[in-house]
Amino acid sequence: MGLLDQKFDSSNIVVTTLDNLLNWARLSSLWQMQFGLACCAIEMMAASASHFDMMRFGIIPRATPRQTDVMIVSGTVTLKMATRIKRLYDQMSEPRYVISMGSCANCGGPYWEHGYHVLKGVDRVIPVDVYVPGCPPRPEALIEGILKLQEKIRAESLAKKKVV
Amino acid sequence: MDTISILEPLLKILFIIFVALLPAVAYGVLAERKISAFIQNRLGPNRVGPWGLLQPLADIPKLFFKEDIVPAAANKFIHSLAPLISITIAFSTFAVIPFGDTITFSIGDSSYTTKLQIADVNIGFLYILALSSLAVYGITLSGWSSNNKYSLLGGLRSTAQMISYELSMGLSLIGVVMLSSSLQLDDIVAAQGGYWLGFIPKWNAIPQFLGFVIFVVAMFAETNRLPFDLPEAEPELVAGYHTEYTGMKFGIFMLSEYIAMITASALIATLYLGGWQAPYLEHLGLSPFLMSVAQMAAFVVKVFAIVIFFMVVRWTVPRFRYDQLMSIGWKVLLPLALVNILLTGLFVILYH
Repeated sequence: MGLLDQKFDSSNIVVTTLDNLLNWARLSSLWQMQFGLACCAIEMMAASASHFDMMRFGIIPRATPRQTDVMIVSGTVTLKMATRIKRLYDQMSEPRYVISMGSCANCGGPYWEHGYHVLKGVDRVIPVDVYVPGCPPRPEALIEGILKLQEKIRAESLAKKKVV
Repeated sequence: MDTISILEPLLKILFIIFVALLPAVAYGVLAERKISAFIQNRLGPNRVGPWGLLQPLADIPKLFFKEDIVPAAANKFIHSLAPLISITIAFSTFAVIPFGDTITFSIGDSSYTTKLQIADVNIGFLYILALSSLAVYGITLSGWSSNNKYSLLGGLRSTAQMISYELSMGLSLIGVVMLSSSLQLDDIVAAQGGYWLGFIPKWNAIPQFLGFVIFVVAMFAETNRLPFDLPEAEPELVAGYHTEYTGMKFGIFMLSEYIAMITASALIATLYLGGWQAPYLEHLGLSPFLMSVAQMAAFVVKVFAIVIFFMVVRWTVPRFRYDQLMSIGWKVLLPLALVNILLTGLFVILYH
């Protein structure tokens, strides 16, 4: 939880106005954790480089999980790496988001059947917000994933969620 | 003490902090991102507002409302105190820097003259040296109190680096003091008015060229900017001394880094590039009020030119290795600074 998230019982005009400001701020300054796992990481680097330039959306790569907002799981999550990813996710400060990039991180990908060493989808250890399909996805696809995440953040609220 | 003598510095402090420094820092971060983009053939932030001009306004609320994590094994009091030390020292260094000559406001018949400097201390020079050596405490304490090996290494590196560069910085400044024979920053600026041969501005950077270069290099090391950003070297130490800081506590460290950079640029401008002296301005025949404004503008232009130089260097030059940093500080800059003192002394004896 961020400092004010889900602290309000009902959403009135103050809360919704603050929602708008805060959601706008969060979606336009998504700082990304600077780490890569496998071949998808190469595409992620390309997405930060001059052709695609993720910094246009306000993304800065930060090395420490404490200062990051979004974790891009880029590549094959081996069982050994899965514990580390869980730990890095726990170290991130709220609000935190996860983009699962590429088939391996989504569901195990080519290692689905015979990969004795591969986690079958990173969503088995951490909650995932956006799945980007592809093997590996092109930088455009990753940027599409970031835009989808921005759409998701835009709909968030500080008010408590109602049980239906 | 009457009311006006308390109110006047207070107004100046508020003006400096809220009108000059904080917006300059917010847009300094954006300028850094834009310059990095320009150098790497990218576009830089451009999604919020025209040319990404609202980017700082998005970053700051986000940092404010992020979760505040204090590691379980950290020393909680010092962990929260360290960013405050950093920012206090970064702000208070600006107190003695003259950002203009006197300015006279006249309303009707009554007029009021004030000096464009918060505190006109006659040892302003020593005050700056003292505060810049205190700045190391914020970084070292944050590194130690986080109870994290990367933070601790960053903090220790910063201690060694700042202490070694402090020495050559102080020695390079002695040449300036010898030329202007005063420790008061106002006098140092005033001594840089006038021309040599009728057209070369009498800036200290010309007779003190060696000292100028040493001081600029030492200032890069003092403000922990690339090529000397070893305390937060990302490929080696995660994020260095602020690895364990989240949200606005980290934001305060970033703020104080940029304020330190602006203060360093203001110092370089004041001591070596003529401060608020704008050459050839007296030929325009401006009114005294407009003249003061033009001199302030000249100071701001100089400071921003140096800040942009800092940023371009950051994105051009790779980081020094730790032993290279130490050997440059002790084996190159320190002897050069001593030679500079000797040469300045000879010059002063022969020509004054």
